[in-house]
Amino acid sequence: MNTILLNMIHVAVVLTVPPLLLGVINKTKAWFAGRRGPPVLQPYYDLRKLIVKGSVFSETTTWVFRFGPVVGLATALVAAAIIPLGQRDAPLSFVGDMILFAYVLSLGRFFTMAAALDTGSAFEGMGSAREATYGCLAEPVLLFGLLVLAKVSMMAGVSESLSMNGMLGESLTKEWSVAGASMLLVLISWFIVLLVENSRIPFDDPNTHLELTMIHEVMVLDHCGPALAMILYGAAVRLFIFAALVVRLAIPLQSGFALWNWGLFLVGVLAVAVGVGIVESIMARLRLTVIPNLLVGAGVLVAFGLVLVLSH
Amino acid sequence: MSIQAVDPVLVLALVLNFFILANSQLRMVVFAVAIQGAILGLMYPIAHQGFNPPAGVAVEAIGALTLVRLVLLAMAIVLIKGYVIPRLLFRAMREANIIWHVESVIGLTPTLLLGAVGTALALAFAQSLPIKPGHTSTLVIPASLATALTGFLMLITRRKAISQVLGYVVLENGIFIFGLLLIEAVPVLVEFGVLLDLFVGVFVMGIIINHVNRSFPAATSEHLSMLRE
Repeated sequence: MNTILLNMIHVAVVLTVPPLLLGVINKTKAWFAGRRGPPVLQPYYDLRKLIVKGSVFSETTTWVFRFGPVVGLATALVAAAIIPLGQRDAPLSFVGDMILFAYVLSLGRFFTMAAALDTGSAFEGMGSAREATYGCLAEPVLLFGLLVLAKVSMMAGVSESLSMNGMLGESLTKEWSVAGASMLLVLISWFIVLLVENSRIPFDDPNTHLELTMIHEVMVLDHCGPALAMILYGAAVRLFIFAALVVRLAIPLQSGFALWNWGLFLVGVLAVAVGVGIVESIMARLRLTVIPNLLVGAGVLVAFGLVLVLSH
Repeated sequence: MSIQAVDPVLVLALVLNFFILANSQLRMVVFAVAIQGAILGLMYPIAHQGFNPPAGVAVEAIGALTLVRLVLLAMAIVLIKGYVIPRLLFRAMREANIIWHVESVIGLTPTLLLGAVGTALALAFAQSLPIKPGHTSTLVIPASLATALTGFLMLITRRKAISQVLGYVVLENGIFIFGLLLIEAVPVLVEFGVLLDLFVGVFVMGIIINHVNRSFPAATSEHLSMLRE
């Protein structure tokens, strides 16, 4: 019974919290710029506004274009069900679910790119190409990080070291004491992955809808109404997922009180959002040619973490 | 083993290696090399068993004189590597009008990947070296090999003379890490010798870069690849 209740909390948090992160990021940026900024709940209002709007579909598009937002949102929600959030266990868990986690996210990205290509616009094709390039470089970082965690949790004596529950579960304190340096490297590189996967500064500017430098925003230019709402919501869920990964890694939740764990987790996720806002406020966008270097650097860091763990 | 207490610092030094290899701004590279040298200097007393005695060894093993000597040496290292050498390099950069951009023969990302591969190999091979049993479990030897390799990579791939000086300093950092193993046997002699060499080396290089700059438009090693009467 308790498990069912905790799983319901998990689902409720995944469904309701993500847009709040976008609001917090915007509020942080506004605070840094000395503005008052939009209300924290503005993303919710935007979503409501978009859902009641009608849709326009270009005649050149096919079912792929309509599938893009749906698959994007669905995959994000599935991925969110795999990672443990506040309580001990995730609702969906089995041995090897880390692979499913990584590839479900990739599937979402693939369909977003396919939908953008389906419009036949050269502009959106360019965005897809960039997204594919950075996706290729960001994915190994995520997977290497998961490998490090699997190995470290095996060293820490977790029985199910190949599932997200085992890796990010209650043994985290022990994992930090076994291989703290590698865990720290994973944490740093996952934060970089968070920024690139969610198209934040310094990799992409979520506010530019008019420049040639954008990546994610250019792919969703042709969507409107409920489809755009799904894309926005899916993007928020993805941001939430990566923030959750970073928080779980950084704060080992140990106490037996579920409510306390959830509270700590939510505070942590909001803190990550504030961190993203700070990064966006104090950094400029990087040149496109520099971004692969930074991603390769993140990959090297986490690979180094893996080698450190393996050589022990 | 007390020497294991330095492992987190060594990981930081290795991460700084990657940063040094990947960064395209000369100023940041100088800062990173300075920080690396300074943290290694701070590590010097920590690595000494007297500060961090293993269980079962009496604390009185360290005398007041040794303590003073260690602290002075650490301060000297931090001062020279963290302050004097960067100052000299910045001065050389300013006077020779060196552009802040790092120029590499094979590009920065391939250099970084080579450095990563080298670090991985260093970690893999360090276990099979014939070392005293107590020293095999630490990161000292792999970190030393990897840092020396980073220095070599910089010496080989960088075009500007000043980057090569930096490579030389990184190489010395690698040798310094290796010296941590010998810290109980010869604490002062080797270190002071190396430090003095380095200091004089950077000093001389700074002057040479200035003079080269007066004779040629830019102090890069490109000029050395051509033979001319």
